[in-house]
Amino acid sequence: MPHFTKPETGSWTEQYPELGTGPVNYEDSVDPAYYAAEQAAIFKRTWLNVGRVELVPRTGSYFTKELAAAETSLIIVRGKDKEVRAFHNVCRHRGNKLVWNDFPREEVKGTCRQFTCKYHAWRYGLDGELTFIQQEEEFFGVEKSEYGLKAVRCEIWEGFIFVNLDPDAQPLAEYLGEMAKGLEGYPFHEMTEVFTYKADIGSNWKLFIDAFAEFYHAPVLHQKQATKDESEKLLSYGFEALHYELRSPHAMISSWGGMAPPKDPSMVKPIERVLRSGLFGPWDKPAIEGLDKLPPGLNPARHRSWGTDSFEFFPNFTLLFWAPGWYLTYHYWPTAVDRHTFEANLYFVPAKTASQRLAQELAAVTFKEYALQDANTLEATQSMLKGRVVTDFPLNDQEILLRHLHKVVGDYVTKHAEKEHADAAG
Amino acid sequence: MLPAEFAELEPYSDWVLAKEPQRYAKRLASSMEEMQAFYDAAFPLLERAMAHLDAFPLDDLPEPERNLLQLSYSLVMVSFPVEVWKQARVPDSGAAYLDLLVEPRV
Ligand code: FES
Ligand SMILES: [Fe+2]
Repeated sequence: MPHFTKPETGSWTEQYPELGTGPVNYEDSVDPAYYAAEQAAIFKRTWLNVGRVELVPRTGSYFTKELAAAETSLIIVRGKDKEVRAFHNVCRHRGNKLVWNDFPREEVKGTCRQFTCKYHAWRYGLDGELTFIQQEEEFFGVEKSEYGLKAVRCEIWEGFIFVNLDPDAQPLAEYLGEMAKGLEGYPFHEMTEVFTYKADIGSNWKLFIDAFAEFYHAPVLHQKQATKDESEKLLSYGFEALHYELRSPHAMISSWGGMAPPKDPSMVKPIERVLRSGLFGPWDKPAIEGLDKLPPGLNPARHRSWGTDSFEFFPNFTLLFWAPGWYLTYHYWPTAVDRHTFEANLYFVPAKTASQRLAQELAAVTFKEYALQDANTLEATQSMLKGRVVTDFPLNDQEILLRHLHKVVGDYVTKHAEKEHADAAG
Repeated sequence: MLPAEFAELEPYSDWVLAKEPQRYAKRLASSMEEMQAFYDAAFPLLERAMAHLDAFPLDDLPEPERNLLQLSYSLVMVSFPVEVWKQARVPDSGAAYLDLLVEPRV
């Protein structure tokens, strides 16, 4: 029996006829050729979030971003004019990776006045301009102005830095569309206390999005996380979202969450009662502006037991808001058809007191306990999919975001292949 | 190393650890008996510890108070094994790991 109203079509999925309701084929998560197609059609052509402006607070602040899926590494840097720019991390002299510390494949961050190549000391300004050639007179008419760093499209939305390797891509705001517009004004800039997590995961990147884009699994896989009475109740209810919305290629799920604070303190663990915090975050809202009246895109069903909204910005950026006043992001960076680097960032308003800080600590520790369970199912799923004993899977209505993701990826791959074909023919 | 009012927690001062990776490693390396003993000693004092610490500015804690705060982080860390899992590892987490690379300054 449904606890929350579904749309008039009878299901969330059937509101979007293009999705169909049949089983979904997962060849897209195991075929190396398909992964190569995704690299070309998606990771080299869509807007990718690489972090927030707080990572580059001052002139000369920079960080590097490894984009294995797009076969490059980028430097993101704030210039003298305060602009944030992105460049391919490659020296124009003979292709050495320009910015790295001990290990060339590890991401680094820092502050500098210019970039100097480790190999033959060519130097580049913060704006990418080549400023110095070692023994310049030995070269044959190399014009410095023609050998600056290769720039990459870089635009900012609400403090989030996005890059796009396609020089002809549509502007970022247009790409993010209405779904992002509805979130503008959220006090992201106040939430500067960060916990950054990383893991190397032995599965296709889409499988971890699948795991986070449905909560159908939550009462089952995370059963032991709640107190016994509470988990039995959750399991008997199952999971139903408050609302789903697709604005292709992006999508969102809105969910209830009555645990912050709980109606009955005995529903939660002793440490949660004392620290007034848990999975949904600190129970006491931080005292900042912008949380009383939320942007219209949040809690779209306007439900009073609203707890969290999760936005899947295509292809690999999850933005998840918690009712008590904090948010987190996930990024899934493919490194092979069956591997990706998972990154999570938790963002809080900086604590003023030890109590507030401890409440955040409990939220962060709890997050990790859940994420470890989520992550561990993936490697096993990947290996079973690879066996191809079963190839098609019946997704339910609460898994609509998964159905949508795999369809959008398929559409991008097909469209790109058609365009390549037409270009080759024409 | 702790404020005088919390002297009874001195036997657990090896749980004063500045960073989450250290605390997580100690959790995995500890027996349930060790974590239970630490929890039983520290949890009843947690509310008092919070009240004590809240009298100081968070970004300028004297050393004994900073130690007490870090000890409290460790209490949070062992609360899952003690209150929920009855084991050090997260059940069903297999070989999965998730490294905390950046955490708040305090
Ligand atoms: S490769 Fe960079 S200076 Fe030679
Ligand atoms: Fe989960």
